[in-house]
Amino acid sequence: MELGDSVAVAQARAGDPGAFRVLVERHSRNLFRLAYRMTGHQQDAEDVVQETFLRAYRQLAKFDERASFGTWLYRIAANCALDTIRARKRRAEQNESAVEEGAPDPIQSLPDSAPPPDRLAMSGQAGQRVAAALNELSEMERTAFVLRHFEGMCIDDISRTLGVQPNSAKHSIFRAVQKLRRALEPLVSAAS
Amino acid sequence: MNHLTEEQFVLYYYGEGDGSPGVREHLDACEACRAEYAGLQLVLNVVDSAPVPDRAASYGAEVWQRLQPKLGARRRFFNPLLWPARHWAAAGAMAALVVAAFLAGRYYPKPTQTAAAPQQVRERILLVAVGDHLERSQMILVELANARPGQPLDVTSERDRAADLVTENRLYRQTALRDGDHNVASVLDELEPVLLEIARGPGQLTPEEVEKLRARIEADGILFKVRVVGSTVRHRQSTL
Repeated sequence: MELGDSVAVAQARAGDPGAFRVLVERHSRNLFRLAYRMTGHQQDAEDVVQETFLRAYRQLAKFDERASFGTWLYRIAANCALDTIRARKRRAEQNESAVEEGAPDPIQSLPDSAPPPDRLAMSGQAGQRVAAALNELSEMERTAFVLRHFEGMCIDDISRTLGVQPNSAKHSIFRAVQKLRRALEPLVSAAS
Repeated sequence: MNHLTEEQFVLYYYGEGDGSPGVREHLDACEACRAEYAGLQLVLNVVDSAPVPDRAASYGAEVWQRLQPKLGARRRFFNPLLWPARHWAAAGAMAALVVAAFLAGRYYPKPTQTAAAPQQVRERILLVAVGDHLERSQMILVELANARPGQPLDVTSERDRAADLVTENRLYRQTALRDGDHNVASVLDELEPVLLEIARGPGQLTPEEVEKLRARIEADGILFKVRVVGSTVRHRQSTL
């Protein structure tokens, strides 16, 4: 019989690694999808999945059993993905300044906004345009939009996940939609 | 007739807000808004075509394989009072072994011919570890430094991460000192009390506590120092 999330969480808290394994195996694919949509990079998404489960494991004692484990996990994943995006941005900035100082690796300082080759190979033109448009969003806009559009989270939950006021989350979604419209409307018009 | 705003369209599309009946009625009556809304729907439907690499059904098991060894190394729900005496004895024996191995390694005469390559490997490993440590510390500091003024802040996650980093910080500081790397040691020395303050503080910070912590980070210039040393460490790492 399949172990429910709440039973698995209770057993994992009691020290049963097999129960935590059930949770990992059940939620990994969905977490990867979320992480990939937020970061736009396969390797970053893999790292986010790992880090999310590590943080969840460490914080399992603090999990409120009345809440949904999946939602809680998604919040952790969203924050991990944000950390990753910020770290990537900082690395890009540092590499840029290192190049200015004469450091030897100019390739690393190239902007990271273009879709990676693996994604280009996998997608059609529309997919590429969407990916490029998503890359033009700020980290807050992209996160809020992904959580609302793909994950179906309500604005209140998004604001709690991101630690911002509901209005701020709402406006991030508005701005994201505006930018996506500007970027994708020519594509839609051409197709229709 | 006042037309609907773009914000109303977005809220309506996502089923948010309480104005849905009014929006529905307006859309039924207004052709211009209906066309505008149809445009939005088309764009958002296209967004769904953004590709996501597929993961096999076995992906969860693969994640678990990579994760499992790391879980063992992490701090668990540890209560020393509940630890059986035999575990304390085993821990003591293990600690004695580690100390003995350390002393043996330090004082046993080593062959000098092959010392250069392992030393370089050791230094590289250390630099990678310190670079990673500084980056993770930097993330916490940035999150706190960028906290919204006048707002309470949930730092539960940062607090846990800081607690993990404190122990690593001490280890890397001692190693840096032993290796004569005074710049790194000095920054790690300054970083430790800040990490400790976060690790020992409450999970929910009041606006005053947030402000105090932010002022502390800014006054010490610790974030800047961590960035500079982190950048130097990564540069050294790439030249080894």
